[in-house]
This record gives sequence, C-alpha cells and structure tokens, in this order.
Amino acid sequence: MDDRSEIARAAAETAARRSYGKLVAWLAARTRDVAGAEDALADAFAAALERWPRTGVPAQPEAWLLAVARRRDVDAVRRRLTSEAARDHLTLIAEEVEAGMNGDELPDERLRLMFACAHPAIDAGVRAPLILQTILGFDAAAIASAFLVSPATMGQRLVRAKSRIREAGIPFSVPEQTQLGERLGAVLEAIYATFAEGWTDPTGTETRRRNLATEGIWLGRLVASLMPDEPEALGLLALMLFAEARRAARRSPQGDFVPLAEQDTALWDDDLIDEAETLLGQAAEKGIIGRYQLEAAVQSAHTARRRGGRTDWAAIRQLYDALMTVAGSPVVAINRAVAIAEVEGTPAGLAALYVLGDDKRLQDYQPYWAARAGLLARLGTTGKAAEAYDRAIGLERDEAVRRFLQAERAKLTRN
Amino acid sequence: MRYMLLIYADEAAMASVPIERTYEISAAYNAYTEALKTSGVWLAGDRLKPTQVTTQVRMSNGKTNVLDGPYADTKEQLAGFYMIEAADLDTAIEWAARCPAASVGTVELRPIWEMAEYAKAK
Repeated sequence: MDDRSEIARAAAETAARRSYGKLVAWLAARTRDVAGAEDALADAFAAALERWPRTGVPAQPEAWLLAVARRRDVDAVRRRLTSEAARDHLTLIAEEVEAGMNGDELPDERLRLMFACAHPAIDAGVRAPLILQTILGFDAAAIASAFLVSPATMGQRLVRAKSRIREAGIPFSVPEQTQLGERLGAVLEAIYATFAEGWTDPTGTETRRRNLATEGIWLGRLVASLMPDEPEALGLLALMLFAEARRAARRSPQGDFVPLAEQDTALWDDDLIDEAETLLGQAAEKGIIGRYQLEAAVQSAHTARRRGGRTDWAAIRQLYDALMTVAGSPVVAINRAVAIAEVEGTPAGLAALYVLGDDKRLQDYQPYWAARAGLLARLGTTGKAAEAYDRAIGLERDEAVRRFLQAERAKLTRN
Repeated sequence: MRYMLLIYADEAAMASVPIERTYEISAAYNAYTEALKTSGVWLAGDRLKPTQVTTQVRMSNGKTNVLDGPYADTKEQLAGFYMIEAADLDTAIEWAARCPAASVGTVELRPIWEMAEYAKAK
C-alpha cells in the first residue's frame, strides 16, 4: 500500500471513530446504557471501518451509520441484545433520529460521556480505557496492549465499568462549578494517560501506540474547545503539544535514542510549539495555576533552546518546586532532583534523589535508576554508577533506550 | 502467583547477529536478571542450547522412540525461560515487557498450576 492510500485509510478510520463516538455518546446519554449503545452500533461501525477507506467518508457520516444500523437485520441485533435497555437504543434510532437529524448536526454529548467515564465511582485505572472504547471505538485488545494488561482482563474491566455506570446511576452531565475542578481533573488525567501510553512509542512503529498519542491530543482538543475557560484543559493540551512537537527528534535515523539535551532543534515542530505557547498564555490569563500548566511551562522552558536560547534550569527548578506543592509525586521529585543538579551542582541533585530512595515504589521504577546513574557518572563514582545503570537497563522496556543506557554504562569504564 | 516466562526467538536470526551485539544482548539479560532478583521476583531462569542439540523421546507400543531435532518446525524456537513470583497477571506482564526478548521475539506468560489448586478441584 502506498503512502497516499495509507493516509486516506487513516483519515476514513478517524472519521468513522469520531462519528461512532458521537453516536454512542448521544444514545448513551439518553439511556445511560453504554454497552447497549455500542451493541446497537457495532455492525454499522464495523461496516464503516471496512467501507469508508475505499469509498471515502460520506457527507453525513452519523446519518450513514444510523441508516446502516437500522437496515441491518434488526432481529439479529435484537437477539444479541440481552437487556431491555439495549433494545431501547433501536427504538431511539428508529424514532428520534429521523426527527432530530434532518440535515442538522447531532448534538455533541461526548463531553458528558467523558465525565461519566471518569466519574469517581469508576476505578481510576479503567477510566482512560473506557474513554478510548466509548468515545473512539477502540477494541479491548488494542487498549489492553497499550496499557500492558491482558485482553481478557481489559475486556472484563470495561464490561464491569459500563454496567456500573448503568447500575449505580452515574450521571451523564458536566458537573456544577463547585465540583468541576476535581471532576475535570479526572477527565484530564484519563486523557493524559492515553497520550502518555502513545508517547512510549517514539518512532511510531507501533501504529496502535502512535495512534494513542494522536487520540490523546484529539481528546485534549475536544475538551479544550468545549471548555475554553478552564485553564487546566488548555494547560494539558499545551503540555501534549510541546511533547508531540519533539517526536521526530527523539530518535536518530538509525533508530537510536536521543536525549532531550542533544536533540536537533531543527527537527522540532515549530507550529506545534507556537500553538502550545499560545494556549499556555491563554491559560495563564485565567489566573488559576495547576498541574498541567506547570508541566507545560517546564516543557516551554526546555524548548527555549530552539531560538538560540539556553535551557533555563533555574526556572525549571522553581516550576518543579511548585509542582511538588500542587501535585507532588515520586516522578515530579525525580525531575526536580535532576533540575537541582543542573542549578546547584551534581551532589545537591544526588542528595535530593537519595532522599527518595526509601520509597518502595521507586525500586522498580526505571527513570529513578536512570537519573541516579547519570548523576553518579557525572561525579565519577564509577562503581555505583554502573550498578545504577544495570538496574535501569534491567527495568527498561524500550530497546533503543536500553541500548543508549548500555552505551552510557560502557563509557564509564572507558574514561 | 508463580509464572513461567517462556522466551521464543528466531534461532537463525540470532545466529547471524554480529559478535558485539551479542555481548550487548547478554549484558541486557544480565541486567534484567539482576533487576528480577533485586526486586525479589526471580525464582529460576536459564538459557537453553539451540534446537539442533534437541532430542525427542517418546514411548509407543512399548518401544522407546528417540529422535533428533525439535518437536515442531516453527519460525521461533524456545530459547530460554524465567520463573517469577508476581502478585498478579498485570505485574507479570510488566516484567515480561521488560525482558529483552520482548523487543525481538515473543515472551509467553503461563501461570504455574500449583499443587494447592489440584486439591481444591477434587
């Protein structure tokens, strides 16, 4: 398949997912039955994934999906649908749709569906997978691979979460202002988890993973456009765009890992960086600081290098200090230690890192050992640095990063 | 729970890897094994010699049948194993993903059928 037909296929698939998600959200918002909505549309969605890449995307994709859903053997669908509420979807399709969809755009209920998926009553680990399945139509196997869970387990978790939405009466609504902060935080966290899973495949060789980064950004754009006054929604989008802008620079043409400090800034996407800066500026005008804005600001400081500037480590350190207060975590603490090493010297950075060493969770956490190895190497404590490198190498999943760490370790003995 | 990590790799491809790269690969395995041990996950593990030194033994009609070579001719061959102790399948998958073989071959994850489970079934 040549590049152009590959692009056309991807575009058709994306359109199919968008329309599917809008319909699932629209139907589920009326019956609170997510599984039923998915069931009613499953055949039509499969047909769209198969046909649109060849025929092109229809002028009214949602109407097309609904027409196919109706034309399919209704009895067969009925037999498959076990719950009464699921059958309601077919009635809804038959009656309401024709009345409401005469040329008009379907009302966009995806934000409400996202708030239902990221409700506090839903297990935090399944929120991002649930959004990926309901809003974007990804199957359990694809989601399972991205989140490093077995497909059977992921399938069960999704089914359980959907029945919980229905049985527990989780509302399909955007929360009131008093609750909005915390609830929006959960939605943004799920979106960021989606992006982060895709981000672990830097070269984009695994289509599923690369798609997840793109889908995360798309979900971020959706929320930012639907809630333009929420600074954290803008901050998250900025953060993801800053990261995405560096994708091409993260690997050499030979597929080797290139650390941030050594990346060729000419390979960074200036348009994405500019867009991210604008978003960050808009967020700052609202005057409410938060986790994602701070993280985006760190990224912004890292990109200063592209206009001939130097990385402002003092600013980065301050941002991490603030992040520790707003959303402290071992991950933030590690990054803060690295920034301290740049500003105050390696021993100070190591001291900040060693304080964390008591945290049990970090024993199997690769970035902790990689950071520790790097700082020890700089101090010339070869033996300890080698030990830390070995630990980081043993815990790494990515082949290119593993090779990079092995090369760094080899430099220790050579010097 | 105990899990077996069965490592499958393309033997022919592995044989043609440049010598320097093989040092790199065994160093990666050493680091991985050490990480398993330090985290208290490691129970056992070893590398297997290539399938050309495999011998099959089978009894049929009271006669022992001994054959050279692997049981099945497949693209990837069993090349080694680890046995680990993991709290659940998710943790085991996490460790399987870190195994250097996961980047080039396949790591099959199988739970051990514990004796205690037989007793329950009866």
